[in-house]
Amino acid sequence: MLKECIVTEKLTKCYGNVKAVQDLDLTVYSGEIFGFLGPNGAGKTTTIRIMTTLTKPTSGRVRINGLDVVKDTEKVKKMFGVVQQHLSLDRDLTVRENMEFHARLHHLSSSERKRRINELLDYVELTEHADKMVDTLSGGMKKRAAIVSSLVHEPEVLFLDEPTVGLDAQARRRLWDLVRRLNSDGTTIFLTTHYIEEAEALCGRVGIIHQGRLIALDNPLELRRKLGLITVETLVDNKETHYKFFADRAAATKYVQNLPPDVKTIIIRDSNLEDVFVELTGQKVGDV
Amino acid sequence: MSDALKDVYSILWVDLRNLRRHWRSLVATSLVQPLLYLVAFGYGLGKGISLEGVSYLAFVIPGIIALTSFSTSFSGAASKLQVDRFFYKSFDECLMSPVSLYSIIVGKALIGVIRGLISSFAILLVGLALSPMFIISPLFVLVLLVSCFVFALFGVLVAFVIDSHQGMSTFNSLVILPMTFLCGTFFSLSQLPAAAKAVLYVLPLTHSSECLRATALAQPFPFWSFCVLFAFGLAFFLASVFVLKKKSV
Ligand SMILES: Nc1ncnc2c1ncn2[C@@H]1O[C@H](COP(=O)(O)OP(=O)(O)O)[C@@H](O)[C@H]1O
Ligand SMILES: [Mg+2]
Repeated sequence: MLKECIVTEKLTKCYGNVKAVQDLDLTVYSGEIFGFLGPNGAGKTTTIRIMTTLTKPTSGRVRINGLDVVKDTEKVKKMFGVVQQHLSLDRDLTVRENMEFHARLHHLSSSERKRRINELLDYVELTEHADKMVDTLSGGMKKRAAIVSSLVHEPEVLFLDEPTVGLDAQARRRLWDLVRRLNSDGTTIFLTTHYIEEAEALCGRVGIIHQGRLIALDNPLELRRKLGLITVETLVDNKETHYKFFADRAAATKYVQNLPPDVKTIIIRDSNLEDVFVELTGQKVGDV
Repeated sequence: MSDALKDVYSILWVDLRNLRRHWRSLVATSLVQPLLYLVAFGYGLGKGISLEGVSYLAFVIPGIIALTSFSTSFSGAASKLQVDRFFYKSFDECLMSPVSLYSIIVGKALIGVIRGLISSFAILLVGLALSPMFIISPLFVLVLLVSCFVFALFGVLVAFVIDSHQGMSTFNSLVILPMTFLCGTFFSLSQLPAAAKAVLYVLPLTHSSECLRATALAQPFPFWSFCVLFAFGLAFFLASVFVLKKKSV
């Protein structure tokens, strides 16, 4: 029923003394949108670089569709597409030329190239901008161009490393829609983000990574349920915000009604993944 | 094999696109230096002098062609590769594609070869106009082609090893520029003390300029120098493979 797509076993990567990724055990299933959530420096990019053959693990292994990324590199490379955190398009080329370059690297014939490129440009509404130089496009268009370039060879898995960093709210939402659409058309998505809303809005399951370690793994609702679905924020002595978590509104309301009078500014709201992260690490995702 | 060649062309294709867009400025900038040398040393300074039985002008033109093939092939391959690695990050796309490391290295070198050949032939035309005793034989063209390939592979290797723009410009001033002047391009190595000779003969440009000069002036061909040039090419290629494998750690 559920087909394993990406499987990591005790994946570890050290840079000198820095343990960028530590003992990562993770399974991503075909057809899901998996979110890898963590603050800057948590090890997200390192994990993606290992999965996409750019970096070799110090120990442990990764398999994609059963193939080891280190040993079966050539075969694995056909299975995924990746959009890196930093734009990796050739900025001396147009959008179409970048796509053509990818298509050539992946051995598409000239007629396949043409068909596939036009189809994809249409899919992300970039047809009118296809012959513009990459640098003249807006941030959102650049990202979409990078995404379609990485899709030219019809990969089963798409890696997106912080795809919406630096985009305005509108462009971000548009990109989310694209990710959902790709997923419902059959592409497995592995995305990293340090935006809570993004993980909540997009991902069926979320892994939270902190200092190279996976500290939680489940669907967003379940992660919240473990903590409590309702958060009460209180301001004590006008100094520090305190957080308490409750299974439901009734319990939260009851708690609030019995608070001492020196506790001020009370907010009752739904809990979110940020709360989960803070509870697990004692830090905010935006910290560090 | 034909797949590997296709892959090489795929890698080259991007850089050809770029060359097509900017060829005027790329060619013009690569010609400025050799033309200045030609005017200053060959035409200005060396007009009345003769060396090893030929006029200095006739002597220096093959040297300047060797120098052009060297600096243009080297920087043509190295600079675009550096940009791809550090500024565009588009080199990662090559690494993540099913194209082999060997094809990547050769493909990345070829843009240097092409630019080196264009510039060298441009200087050659100027040289022909200035010096009537210049002979272009098939052997001359072959040596020029091999030289461009060797220097372009050198550029690829250096662009893999040096990880910063700063490092690259330091390398240019400390290694590339001195080589262009010293490696038998402007003067005959036979005039030098043995120690200096020994040093210069471990540099590939020395062999290239000796081979080019010998064929251009119909002197006995230094076959061993040609072999050494080949060996350099092979060494640069293998070293590039090694470094690229190491880099993905
Ligand atoms: N090439 C590298 N050399 C040395 N340290 C690195 C390298 N790449 C990443 N790191 C370190 O590994 C840790 C994880 O980095 P990264 O995977 O980029 O995190 P994220 O993508 O989650 O922000 C950081 O501490 C970072 O400094
Ligand atoms: Mg990152």
